[in-house]
Amino acid sequence: MKNKNQAFENFVHGIFLILGLITVGCVLLITVYLVIAGIPALREIGLIKFLFGKTWASTAAEPQYGILPFILTSVYGTAGAIVLGVPIGFMTAVFLAKMAPAKIRSIVEEAVSLLAGIPSVVYGLVGMLVLVPGIRSIFHIPDGSSLLAAIIVLAIMILPSIIKVSLTALEAVPKEYEDASLALGATPVETYFKVSVPAAKSGIAAAVVLGVGRAIGEAMAVMMVSGNVPNMPGLFQSVRFLTTAVASEMSYSAGLQRQALFSIALVLFLFIMLINATLNFLMKREKDN
Amino acid sequence: MKNSGVYVSDITAAAGNKKAGSINKKAYTADMKPICSAQAAGNAKSHTHADSIYESRESGTSFKRQAYIRLMTVLMWLCAGITCALVIFMVGYVLAKGLPNVTWELLSTKPSYLSDSIGILPDILNTLYIVLASLIIVLPLGVGAAVYLTEYAKDKRLVGVIEYAAETLSGIPSIIYGLVGMMFFCRFMGMQTSLLAGALTLVIMNLPTIMRTTQESLKTVPQSYREGAFGLGAGKWRVIRTVVLPNCVDGIITGCILATGRILGESAALLFTAGFAHAVNGVIDGLKSAGATLTVALYVYAKEQGEFEVAFAIAAILMLLTLVLNIAATLVSVYFKKRRSY
Repeated sequence: MKNKNQAFENFVHGIFLILGLITVGCVLLITVYLVIAGIPALREIGLIKFLFGKTWASTAAEPQYGILPFILTSVYGTAGAIVLGVPIGFMTAVFLAKMAPAKIRSIVEEAVSLLAGIPSVVYGLVGMLVLVPGIRSIFHIPDGSSLLAAIIVLAIMILPSIIKVSLTALEAVPKEYEDASLALGATPVETYFKVSVPAAKSGIAAAVVLGVGRAIGEAMAVMMVSGNVPNMPGLFQSVRFLTTAVASEMSYSAGLQRQALFSIALVLFLFIMLINATLNFLMKREKDN
Repeated sequence: MKNSGVYVSDITAAAGNKKAGSINKKAYTADMKPICSAQAAGNAKSHTHADSIYESRESGTSFKRQAYIRLMTVLMWLCAGITCALVIFMVGYVLAKGLPNVTWELLSTKPSYLSDSIGILPDILNTLYIVLASLIIVLPLGVGAAVYLTEYAKDKRLVGVIEYAAETLSGIPSIIYGLVGMMFFCRFMGMQTSLLAGALTLVIMNLPTIMRTTQESLKTVPQSYREGAFGLGAGKWRVIRTVVLPNCVDGIITGCILATGRILGESAALLFTAGFAHAVNGVIDGLKSAGATLTVALYVYAKEQGEFEVAFAIAAILMLLTLVLNIAATLVSVYFKKRRSY
């Protein structure tokens, strides 16, 4: 009887162990598949030519596969979104954590959650019909679908992540720090920015890195507002991101072109892994504090 | 935790999420009982008084400091204002543009070339099927993984590896899930482009969410419950089944709401795994065949066909669903917080 029980318990343990290992299995599966699918095109085209080639003409008679425009667009687009989104998100977080009356705070927090829940295609749709025509008429350019439109949409989309994570970090600052600063004669606002914020800096850095990850990985919203032409990036140029490069040609691609798309996904994946590792490092430091 | 968590929850949770935070705080005050809570109450009361002291202090500071304080205060209000304005604009604009286009005819028919009309019934059904299928598959997996991590795992390194894997999964962009889903489920497993392949892709995406929320709530189940049950002679499995799991229902429900929100909003991962057909099917046939969910349909109508009225109608429906999910998440967390405080 006892042995039977023991065997049963071991069996259950085994099942839970397998369930626990599924996430690890998924990560391995994704990595292996991307590497296997991404390597052939890199071999054929050549790594340097692929990464630093300035022309992407996959359907031309003599196809050229250079993804430098996509990489630069993704980098510029993300940087732009961070430059626009982080200050607004950061200031809102400080406001919510330290200044806002409880009632306002709970309303704004609800609102931010709502912003995070809105599907990305809805952002894309609104961007298409509000931002794109707006940019066209303000800057007098023939087409408003541009890097600028994508940057604005991305900045809005990363706001909730930045606000939430910075807010959590700011909340975790021990009250004694602030009390000490106040006792030394600093005003509350000075205390928030010169004591609380530095104390929460790795959490806020994590928020920024998280924003970077979100921005670089976003596909649909960006696809709807950026125009989708493989140009070298310029603020008013119609551009194509790493994500949209994969999404826009996947449905009709074949052969080397399709393999090249997988290689783009691999490059994107490497970027994301790098960002994830940074994020993890920062979160760990925040936790240790 | 609200719908927001759709994206943020995993990370916020790692930093010590709101819920866990408040519970920790509770435990803390409970430890140092009356003194501490009395002090806290005192602090709260004296706050308004203290504020006025600081205000008078501001008038005594140098011009440069005053300017800094003013500037920062204005900036904070401004940025919070911008954030709120954005939310109000998004919700207001989408609803104002979309709701007038939501008609019963649109909701109850499928697109027809004969009468040249568009209906979104198939997309609504597809969305429903995909949400149900994903949740049914992801729940046991996610909850099981969480149970393993909190109840069974002794090897710190293994726990670290699993948690790192979950973090990684939640950071991977949906377009990559779409690609891998296409290669693995549609081609390798031979499912073709189908709702089931889409649902399975979404299962991998949502695994970390369910795992995280369940884990957070498992951590709050008091150790004494488990010890009590062990003391009565129950085996480990029995303890988990009868004591631990019933006490983490809130985490599981929150996880379900977050996952539903994320599935509703997902489009990039479904584009190549679930496809864009608009046929009305039963559950089984539906899962086997390709179909567009609401978000994918929105994308196709707006970007490829220029049918903005239909797109806005779908957007309005999605917005309403998002609102409902947000409210549900808030209600759930309030309800369980109340129940726990007894």
